[in-house]
Amino acid sequence: MTFEPRIVGFLCNWCSYSGADLAGVSRIPSAPNLRAIRVMCTGRVDPTFVLRAFELGADGVLISGCHPGDCHYAEGNYKAMRRVALLQAVLKGAGVDPARLRIEWVSASEGEKFARVVNEFTARVRALGPLKAAAEPVAAAAD
Amino acid sequence: MKTIAIDPITRLEGHGKIDIFLTDDGDVAETYLQIPELRGFEKFCEGRPVEELPRIMTRICGVCPEAHHLASAKACDAVFHVEPPPAAKKLRELLYSAFFAGDHATHFYALAGPDFVVGPTAPAAERNILGVVAKVGLAAGKRVIQHRAGAQEVVKILGGKAVHPVTSVPGGVTKGITETERARIEQLAREFVAFGEFTLGLFDQIVLGNQAYLDLILGDVYTQRVYSMGTVDPQGRVNFYDGAVRVVDPAGKALVTFAPRDYLEHLAEHVEPWSYLKFPYLKQIGWKGFVDGPESGIYQATPLSRLNAADGMATPKAQAAYERMVRTLGGKPVHATLATHWARVIELLYAAERALELATDPEITSPEIRTVPSATPDEGVGCVEAPRGTLYHHYVTDEKGFVRRVNLIVGTTNNHAAITMSIRRAAQRLIHRGVEVTDGLLNMIEMAFRAYDPCFGCATHSLPGQLPLEVVIHDAAGGVRVLRRG
Amino acid sequence: MSKPKLAIYWAAGCGGCDIAILDIEARILDVAAAFDLALWPCAADFKRKDVAALPDGDIALCLFNGAIRTAENVEMARLLRARSATLVAFGACAAAGGIPGLANQFGRDELLARVYRETPSTDNPAGTVPGPRTAVPEGTLELPALEERVRALGDVVAVDYTIPGCPPQPARIWAVLETIVRGGPLPPKGSVLGAGEKTCCEECPRRREEKRIRRFVRPHEIVPDPERCLLDQGLVCLGPATRSGCGALCPAAGAPCRGCYGPPPGTRDQGAKMISALASIVDSQDPAEVEAILAGIADPVGTFHRFGFASSLVRGVRP
Ligand code: SF4
Ligand code: SF4
Ligand code: SF4
Ligand code: FES
Repeated sequence: MTFEPRIVGFLCNWCSYSGADLAGVSRIPSAPNLRAIRVMCTGRVDPTFVLRAFELGADGVLISGCHPGDCHYAEGNYKAMRRVALLQAVLKGAGVDPARLRIEWVSASEGEKFARVVNEFTARVRALGPLKAAAEPVAAAAD
Repeated sequence: MKTIAIDPITRLEGHGKIDIFLTDDGDVAETYLQIPELRGFEKFCEGRPVEELPRIMTRICGVCPEAHHLASAKACDAVFHVEPPPAAKKLRELLYSAFFAGDHATHFYALAGPDFVVGPTAPAAERNILGVVAKVGLAAGKRVIQHRAGAQEVVKILGGKAVHPVTSVPGGVTKGITETERARIEQLAREFVAFGEFTLGLFDQIVLGNQAYLDLILGDVYTQRVYSMGTVDPQGRVNFYDGAVRVVDPAGKALVTFAPRDYLEHLAEHVEPWSYLKFPYLKQIGWKGFVDGPESGIYQATPLSRLNAADGMATPKAQAAYERMVRTLGGKPVHATLATHWARVIELLYAAERALELATDPEITSPEIRTVPSATPDEGVGCVEAPRGTLYHHYVTDEKGFVRRVNLIVGTTNNHAAITMSIRRAAQRLIHRGVEVTDGLLNMIEMAFRAYDPCFGCATHSLPGQLPLEVVIHDAAGGVRVLRRG
Repeated sequence: MSKPKLAIYWAAGCGGCDIAILDIEARILDVAAAFDLALWPCAADFKRKDVAALPDGDIALCLFNGAIRTAENVEMARLLRARSATLVAFGACAAAGGIPGLANQFGRDELLARVYRETPSTDNPAGTVPGPRTAVPEGTLELPALEERVRALGDVVAVDYTIPGCPPQPARIWAVLETIVRGGPLPPKGSVLGAGEKTCCEECPRRREEKRIRRFVRPHEIVPDPERCLLDQGLVCLGPATRSGCGALCPAAGAPCRGCYGPPPGTRDQGAKMISALASIVDSQDPAEVEAILAGIADPVGTFHRFGFASSLVRGVRP
C-alpha cells in the first residue's frame, strides 16, 4: 500500500480558503490528504501551530495566503514567509526535511493553482515518506 | 575473590566508583576507578558556530566552568588567528586567578581538611567540614565562607555570571571594568592574599607541626613516581592561564616542553571498556598499563605536578612557600601524593597574589578589550591549567567558523591512570589478610584518591563539600557487608 | 518534632546547580535549620537505600537537577518522585534537558563512536567502546547504560514545580526557599518558581528602539554599543523569548541572552517564540533577501533551543 501523508493546511480566510472552495466547486481534482484549517491571515499562524501540527502527526504542513501586497492586514503574509524560513531552518536542525513545510500564495480566484499546489506538495511529502521514518536515527528509548 | 567497592558518591547517586578486588588470601589483587557517565560534548558541539563554544563548554562542569570557558575562548582565538588586546587577557587571567583562589580553598577546607585537621582515622561523624570548623574555630569557618563568596563575586563582576561566565569571545572579552569595580576587586584580592597566608599558617601549624602527619605524607603508602606535567611561563614559573606545557620525568629531568597546540604529538588516550573516562599518557614513552616509573607514560597533572614541572612561582610569597616545601620534603620532584595538598595551598597563595597584581595593573581598566577577528577561521587549541589538571580544547572549523571536529582532554582525565594506581598502592599497603578493613583504613585509601581533588564534574562530578563514601565488601560466599561513613 | 525533609539530587548535569545552592552562602544555615536533609550527595552522606527506605511522600521538598541520560537517572527520578511530596525540576537540565539535550541532534552511537574511536588523541586500535559489563581477570565491572536520548525530568515523572535557569540564580533560589522555610503558600502546582512573569528584555538595562534588522551578526564580529539593545544591533539575543528572573545578566555583561530561563509565561516552545519575534523585525519583504538575512543566524536550533531542545516541540517531530 502506498503511504498516504497527512497534510495540514493553514489557509487564509480571504484568499486561499476561497481558492480551495473554488477548486472544490469547479471539481478540479485535488489530493484528499489535506486537512484545511481556516485562519484569518497567514500572519496568524504562530510557529507553535506548525510545530504542534507536526507533533500531532502531520507529515507535511502547508501555509497558503494572499499574494504579496494583497494581505488584508498589510504585513501578515510577509511575516509568515519569514517565519517559514526560520521554521525550516529549525526543522532541518532537528533532522526533519524542510520541504515538509511549504508556503504558497493563492488568491480566491486561483482554484486551479490551489489544486496544483496541493497535489504537488502531497506528492512531494509522499515521496519523503512518513515523518516518523525520518526520525529513525534517534529512535526513542523504549520506556 | 572478594570485592570492595568504594562509591565516592554511590553508584546510583553518582559519578565515580572505586572497585578493590581481593584475593582469597585477603590481599589486594587489583583496583579500578570507574567513571560511569558520558555526555558527549565532543559530538554535539559539531556544526555549531565556534564562538558559542565558550558558552556551551562551561556546562561540562559547574565546579570549574571558568576553566572550560577560558580554554574554549583561547581555542577560539586560535581558530580565528586573533590576539586579544593585553587588557582582555589580563581580565581573563584576573577572573581565573580569583576562581582558583576560591576553588583551591574549597577543596582544602571541605575535602582535604577533615583528614588532616580532624585526623585520618577520626570518627566518620567528625570527619567533615563541621569537624574542621570545630577544630579551627567558628571565626575561621566564617572566613572560609567569606573567601569563597569573594571569589564568586569577582567572577561575577568579570564574567557576568558566577556560575558559567559568559564574557569571553574570540578576540577578547565583552565587558571591561570600571574603576569602582576594580577597587572592589583589589579589596577582595587583598583579602584573598591574607586568606592564603592564613591557610598556609594553618597547614604549618596543624600538619607540619605534627610528625605523624609528616611521616604519613612521606611514607611509602602515598608515594608514586610518575611523570609530572604543568604549564610554565617564559621564565619557567607556574602559570594557570597561559604558557608552555612542561613535562619532567620521575627523576626531575625535563622530558619535553611543548606549545599546547602540539599536544597531539605528545599525548594520547588509552581506552578501557570499563570506564567512560579515557586514560591519557605520554606518547613518547607509551602506554605500558597501570605501572609507574620512567618506563611508563603515565603522568600526573595536579598542583604538585605543576610545582614539580616548574622552576618556581611567579609571586614572592608563593615562591617562599614553594622553596620551603621543596626543602622540607627533600628536594624535587616530590612524589608524595599527599603533598599535593600542600602544593594546593601554595597555589592558592599564588592565585591570590596574582589576582592582586592584576587588580592593581594600570592597564586593567583599559577599554581596549576586543580585537575583531579578520582572518579565515580554521583550527585552534586552547589550554589552561584547570585546578585539577591541564585542560585542552581543540576545535577544527570550516571557513565560516562552524565546528567540524572537537577534541577535549579534561583536567581530571589526565590523572585517571595515576589516581587508579595511587589507590591500588594504598590499598595494597594497607589491606592484608588478618587486617580488619575498618572505616578509618578505608578512609586512608580514599585519601590517596582525594589528594587529586578528582572533579568528575569534568567527566561527571565530585562537588565541594563532604565526600560521602559507601564501601561494599562482597565476600567469596556472596555475602555483602556495607560500611558507611561520611 | 521532626523537621520536614529536604532532598537535593543531580542527574546528568554539570554540578553548577548544586554550586548555585551553595552560593546562597550563610543562608544555607537557615535552610539547615528548617529542614532535615534526606539526600544531598555533594554535601551529606545519605544513600539511595536511605531514600528507598522512606515512606512515599515523606520528603517534603526535592530539588532535582540534571537531565535524564542514563538508566540510573531514570531510576532515581522515579524513586524521588515516589518519596517526595513536592518534586521540583531545578535548573534548565531538569526543566527542559538543558545543554546535554543538544546531544539529541545526534544518535547515542554517534556520540560513542566520536569519543572513543574518532578523536585524534584516542589510541584505541581495538575499537573498544565502554559498555555496561566488562569481564576483568578479577571479576566483572559494570557501568550504567546510556539511554538513546536525553530527556527532561518531566518527561519521565510528574513534576510539581520548575525553577528555571542554568543555573538558577542564588537570590532567586533563596527567595523560593525562604517562602517555604517561613511556611508561606506556594502557587498552584505546575507553576514556575524563582522567576518573573515577563521576558528577559523587561529586566535588561539596554535601550530598545524600534527594531528593523537587515543583517544579523555573530558575537565576535562586532563590538556592540554598550547601551543599546543587542538585538537591535543584529546580535541574536533570546531576551524576547526568555522568562525574566536572572536580571538579564548576560546582556548586561555584553553577551546576548541564550535563553537559560526558558520560555516566558504562556509559551510552550521557546524557539517558536523566538522565531515569531525575529520574523517581526526582519526588515525585508523580498523572499530572496529574507532568506539571505535569515541565513545570517548561525545554528538556529542550537540558538533558539539551546537549553530546551530535548523537550521542545521540534523534539516532538522526532520522537
Ligand atoms: S541547569 Fe545548567 S548549571 Fe544546572 S546542572 Fe544543568 S548545565 Fe549545570
Ligand atoms: S539586549 Fe536582549 S535582553 Fe536586552 S532588550 Fe535587547 S533583546 Fe532584550
Ligand atoms: S540573560 Fe539569558 S542566558 Fe543569561 S542568565 Fe539570563 S536567562 Fe540565562
Ligand atoms: S489576509 Fe491573507 S495572508 Fe494576510
